[in-house]
Amino acid sequence: MATALKINGKQHQVDLPDDVPLLWVLRDEVGLTGTKFGCGVAACGACTVHIDGEAVRSCQVALSDVWGDVTTIEGIGSPDSLAAIQQAWVDHQVAQCGYCQSGQIMQAAALLAENPSPTNADIDDAMQGNLCRCGTYPRLRAAIHDAAGKLKEV
Amino acid sequence: MGKVGKILRRTFLIGSAAIVGGVAFGAYYVTRPAANPLQPGEGEAALNPFVLIDQNGVTLFAPRAEMGQGVKTTWAALIAEELDVDLDQITVLHGPAAAAYYNSALVGEGLPNKGYDISNFQHNLGEALGVLGKVLSLQVTGGSTSMKDGFERMRHAGASARETLKRAAADRLGVDPSDLQTASGHVIAPNGDKIAYSDLAVEAAGLEPVDVHLRDPSEWRYLGRTQPRLDMTGKVTGTAEFGVDVRLPGMKFASVRMNPKLGGVMNGFDDSAAQSMPGVEKIVDLGTGVAVIANNTWLANQAVEAIDVDWGDAPYPPETDGIFAKIAEAFDDAPNSTMRDDGDVSMTPEGATEITAEYQVPYLAHATMEPMNATAVYTGNTVELWCGNQAPTLIQFRVANTANLDTEAVQIHTTYLGGGFGRRGELDFGEIATKVAMAMPGTPVQTTWSREEDMRHDYYRPGAIARMRGAVQDGKAVLIDGKLAAQSCTQQAVERYSGFPGGGPDKVLVEGFFNQPYAVPNYRMSGHIADLAVPVGFWRSVGNSHNGFFHETFMDEMAHAAGRDPLDFRLELMKTEHAPSAGCLEAVKQMSGWTGKTPEGVGRGVAVTYSFGTPVAQVIEVVDEDGTIRINKAWIACDMGLALDPDNVKAQMFGGMMYGLSAACYGEITFSDGEAEQFNFPDYDALRMHTAPQVEVRVLETNRHMGGAGEPGTPPSMPALGNALFDLTGERARSLPLINQFNLLV
Repeated sequence: MATALKINGKQHQVDLPDDVPLLWVLRDEVGLTGTKFGCGVAACGACTVHIDGEAVRSCQVALSDVWGDVTTIEGIGSPDSLAAIQQAWVDHQVAQCGYCQSGQIMQAAALLAENPSPTNADIDDAMQGNLCRCGTYPRLRAAIHDAAGKLKEV
Repeated sequence: MGKVGKILRRTFLIGSAAIVGGVAFGAYYVTRPAANPLQPGEGEAALNPFVLIDQNGVTLFAPRAEMGQGVKTTWAALIAEELDVDLDQITVLHGPAAAAYYNSALVGEGLPNKGYDISNFQHNLGEALGVLGKVLSLQVTGGSTSMKDGFERMRHAGASARETLKRAAADRLGVDPSDLQTASGHVIAPNGDKIAYSDLAVEAAGLEPVDVHLRDPSEWRYLGRTQPRLDMTGKVTGTAEFGVDVRLPGMKFASVRMNPKLGGVMNGFDDSAAQSMPGVEKIVDLGTGVAVIANNTWLANQAVEAIDVDWGDAPYPPETDGIFAKIAEAFDDAPNSTMRDDGDVSMTPEGATEITAEYQVPYLAHATMEPMNATAVYTGNTVELWCGNQAPTLIQFRVANTANLDTEAVQIHTTYLGGGFGRRGELDFGEIATKVAMAMPGTPVQTTWSREEDMRHDYYRPGAIARMRGAVQDGKAVLIDGKLAAQSCTQQAVERYSGFPGGGPDKVLVEGFFNQPYAVPNYRMSGHIADLAVPVGFWRSVGNSHNGFFHETFMDEMAHAAGRDPLDFRLELMKTEHAPSAGCLEAVKQMSGWTGKTPEGVGRGVAVTYSFGTPVAQVIEVVDEDGTIRINKAWIACDMGLALDPDNVKAQMFGGMMYGLSAACYGEITFSDGEAEQFNFPDYDALRMHTAPQVEVRVLETNRHMGGAGEPGTPPSMPALGNALFDLTGERARSLPLINQFNLLV
């Protein structure tokens, strides 16, 4: 039986077993590959998406348990129309290999939605589940602070 | 630059028309032009394999793996600087696997000199030997060589293309080329009329390429200045394509399990439970493992995990202790890689104080964020393969052998790499994906490893032991006698890549050990290769990754034995030996406000490692917060000579440091029953936002020879942290990871 999902504002009918994690629905069925597979055990944050605005590890949410509207990295901005947070990432030249950055941005976007002026300690708390093996943390932190400023201007 | 270097560069550009005088060994091969891999279609002109101009504009080729180090942008800038095109108006592609894209710098690194004391003669000899890279078709990204390799050749490529386009315009306009200017992808006529390069491409193709002098650095617009990375927008919008993101019509998804007792056989398997699982389309016997092809990666993984496999034993001691006992046995044999033996270390100078120490570091996984994967389609007489990789020509060769095809029948597409760190210079993921795809001819199949499969089937950074003896007198080091034992990555890799057993001394084993720029009169550094079959490979900074820790921890111990400040102790020995290294130390001293004294609850450590031609000094500060130790700050100074993109160099420096600190704090692969005991990030953690230090980087440019950027930030991080912990706690870190000894913040 097909499951209905709303992803980035668009309705999808997905014909996969109930227990398939949202990550693999997005990547292999819907074709939204911006959300990355890193560990499969919620230890790296590369698969972070929003469900009703909340940052979740999509590798841990079964298809049948998706409780609301899904937003992925593709849903917050595009190369021709960057979201303010993505522009902050560009301004600070954050990414190196870039593989973790979709998840970093989705986690930071959820933080900023909840807390428009995060302190360094707030950033530590919110971002520590998101691993970056290239070690981009100093620029990630700067970009989050900068994005916070930009979002307040809007 | 000497004559040899000039001829090589010219030969690279103008192929068989170049000057040939038998000057360089292998010149015959070098002057035989590599087949142009771009095969331009009608209406296109391939000026050389790095520049393609057609009706759609200018396309540059950066045939080096973009694994985060920014090579795509800086490589393109090298060409654009001379070609006079705007970086935001051109396309940059990686291009196919091709012999023409050989790495000339990598092979030059094999020379048995220390590096920092290189003379111009040796430098040119290095370039001359670089031709071997082409003979062997070594299209490799590694050894922090990309900029050394591309710096002269890519600017020549751009300049030659520009002048040839001007010649074509001059012929058309009936003027002299010297009356023409170029800017932003156009030739500009004396009257101001502009002709787009794309409009001149066909005419230019009929001309002999023009050789030309390179511009003076004072004229540069791109080089030496920070450029926005060309891959940044794609990477912040989820649109950059990594290997795991390749999607082809009708594609299937596979998951794989190989023997976790690495190198062991597969005795048999029972797949009855897996056969009826949802989504499963085919179960594949790989001989030494199994794979499941399904309509979804996760379903494929569930099924492959449900296969009951009878694995044969590993060809090495099954427990970590047995493995290290075998490494220690290598000390009993004569050393086979002694690259430094100055003065006389046989006896301690009279009146000097002797100290000894033994150090040990573990095996390490690369743990790239993107697990190993590749996508292949096999048609019976061709294979097309997509993956992030550091060695396209080697992958092509391996895939061809796997499918029993000629290399020409194999096409390699190199995507972005979700981390490389040396792991993607291996060929296993391409071979496995090929075998899986061969089970379903005509259908593209993407084979993705689980994180557990990736972590437990690595070519690990070798575990290593060092036995150090030194002597200090009058506040100075007068003797260092170091012995090192570990497996040789080089010998194993040679056998893996070529099928022939590797042998002889291994410079890579002792790099960072024998070639450190200290003026110590009695100085011998020896390597003992341990004979073990644990799979080992090139891990960011390779031998330097353990030797930096050994050498710089021991320097710290000697400084304390001498009653000296550890930074001043080093500086004094370095000043006369290598000024750029001393300059880095002086820079971090100044940046960190180093006084040699720290308040209660704060510890600082320093280390400097010369690797890949670049000295890097680091000061690390740790703080005790209610009994938990946190890495608070880091200061880095590096000197690679000319820094082509300073902000990108900074990113590589602090990134390299974070990679090293991650390993120093938490990284350890141990073995039980022949299997790696670490499965996933909870067992093999790394620095995270809250555990990473604040960092300040200074890029110096006094070095006479261009050094690397991607790896030299890693080696000094581990000893600098260990030395800081000693400063804080009085306990010396003689083995890694540090989490086993200190209460570090996690």
